[in-house]
Amino acid sequence: MTRQRAAYGFVAPALAAIAVFFLLPVAASVLLSLTDFDIYAVADRRNLRVVGAANYVQLLRDPLFWVALRNTGYFVLVGGPLSVAASLAVALFIDAKLVRAKGVFRTIFFLPVATTLVAVAVVWRYVYHPRVGLLNYGLSLLGLAAVDWLGDPRWAMPAIMLMAVWKNFGFNMVIFIAGLQSIPERLYEAARIDGAGGWQQLRHITVPGLAPTFLFVAVMTLIGYCQLFAEPYVMTQGGPAHSTLSVVLLMYEHGFRWWNLGYAAAVAFVLFAIILGLTLLTLRLRAAGAGGEDSR
Amino acid sequence: MKRCVQAAFIYGALGTGAAATVLPLLWMVSASLMPAGEANLLPPRFWPSTVTFAHYGVLFSRLNVGRYVFNSAMLAVAVTLISLLLNSMAGYAFAKLRFRGRDGTFRLLLGALVIPGQVGMLPLFLLLKQMGLVNTYWGVIIPGMASVFGIFLVRQYALSIPDSLLDAARVDGAGELRIYWSLALPACRPILVTLGLFTFMGTWNDFLWPLVVLTGRDLYTLPVALANLVGEHVQDTELMMAGAVLTVLPVVVVFMALQRYYIQGILSGSIKG
Repeated sequence: MTRQRAAYGFVAPALAAIAVFFLLPVAASVLLSLTDFDIYAVADRRNLRVVGAANYVQLLRDPLFWVALRNTGYFVLVGGPLSVAASLAVALFIDAKLVRAKGVFRTIFFLPVATTLVAVAVVWRYVYHPRVGLLNYGLSLLGLAAVDWLGDPRWAMPAIMLMAVWKNFGFNMVIFIAGLQSIPERLYEAARIDGAGGWQQLRHITVPGLAPTFLFVAVMTLIGYCQLFAEPYVMTQGGPAHSTLSVVLLMYEHGFRWWNLGYAAAVAFVLFAIILGLTLLTLRLRAAGAGGEDSR
Repeated sequence: MKRCVQAAFIYGALGTGAAATVLPLLWMVSASLMPAGEANLLPPRFWPSTVTFAHYGVLFSRLNVGRYVFNSAMLAVAVTLISLLLNSMAGYAFAKLRFRGRDGTFRLLLGALVIPGQVGMLPLFLLLKQMGLVNTYWGVIIPGMASVFGIFLVRQYALSIPDSLLDAARVDGAGELRIYWSLALPACRPILVTLGLFTFMGTWNDFLWPLVVLTGRDLYTLPVALANLVGEHVQDTELMMAGAVLTVLPVVVVFMALQRYYIQGILSGSIKG
């Protein structure tokens, strides 16, 4: 009995903090998105009106929302897979049997993950400088023309993707290396005895063995990439011509710059719905994939 | 022979990748030590012609960066200590103590993991404003006091503490608080280091929430201050690089010292999660 009371005492502070400062605001966010909470309501709550789904209707009619959605989709669907591919490629190289000093390479590749996003976004702003930036200098050495990375609407989002991939491929790389090391060595030995070459071993042992890791990484990367914010905030402020405006940046601008909190809450909920949908979709794929493996 | 070619190829690829990965960071450090204007020369300089710490001096003397360093350090340490205490108590209880509603509550918490932090951000701001905590340190500390992920991490680890050990202590007359403090906490040390490291780095590196809740310059954290400074001093490349180095250096040093725990944490979060 005292043990039960002690247990409640142990969990109460953390649960109370999570309930009041996380779950309650999430629930309140639903209600907020159904009101016209704006700068006048910030000043005086009597100016607050319930408007039902009006924010969502307005959202669907807002061209900027669709631009933000498309930009975020572009970043998630192109940048995400690029990041996972880079992680996987580097992990395969580091895991190769010939490689010594694996730990050194792992630390180097992981270094950008440990850094502060805002700080390295500032650094990359200069790397992308159209006239004196390192990247264009590198291109000029290869005989390629200079690109106005952050000033050209066509290149600004790819530039942000490249920086994001650089910043976080090391994270998934570590997970992939562990996944690779968990594949039993005897499988490779048996394959070699059967005369399988390197490529065949990769296809028939490494790829299936890595499938669960791959799905986990895919889900986490999708979720993370949906929340694009600091890179465009620091590097482009959403420009040029809204080409790097993301959903979270749109939410921030509506919520905390113009104080349209009701509208911003609707944006936040659409983002949540998208993330939840993507997560469920990938989990369904995992269930389907696992079924396929069992039948083999 | 074939092995040699293979090795050359793999090392070549890894070496090129590693060089490309560290190049922006090395340039950041190098440019921060260059005399003003040298980082904008063409072709780019990779080493300072003369090493100068003048930009660091300007940051501290004229741009109040000492204050931002203090704010960042203070907040990261406070959030880390408070959340370690709360998460470890809850994680331990979920793993090792029986109480009514335990499994249901835990499942509910895990379900909450899919909710992104931005969803509740707007009402949280209004709530903290109501409490008078906007533009105070508490505005950053309070939302970071406990986390579902932290509770989960400690619980998974604490499951491996043998019940017999705890029961023996009870037979000897130790109270529950004492068992938690002198048995469970030491047993969970590795995961607490990991969680502390995650929290410290996460709080130090966080941007969106501090940007929202710390409205006055005096309370800015380094990332918020840096994003603000780059708007006014975008021409002063060397100065901005010095600011970036100051922001990045503490977390990179802490990471280097404890990276074993960090990697372990990623893996225990990913494999069991």
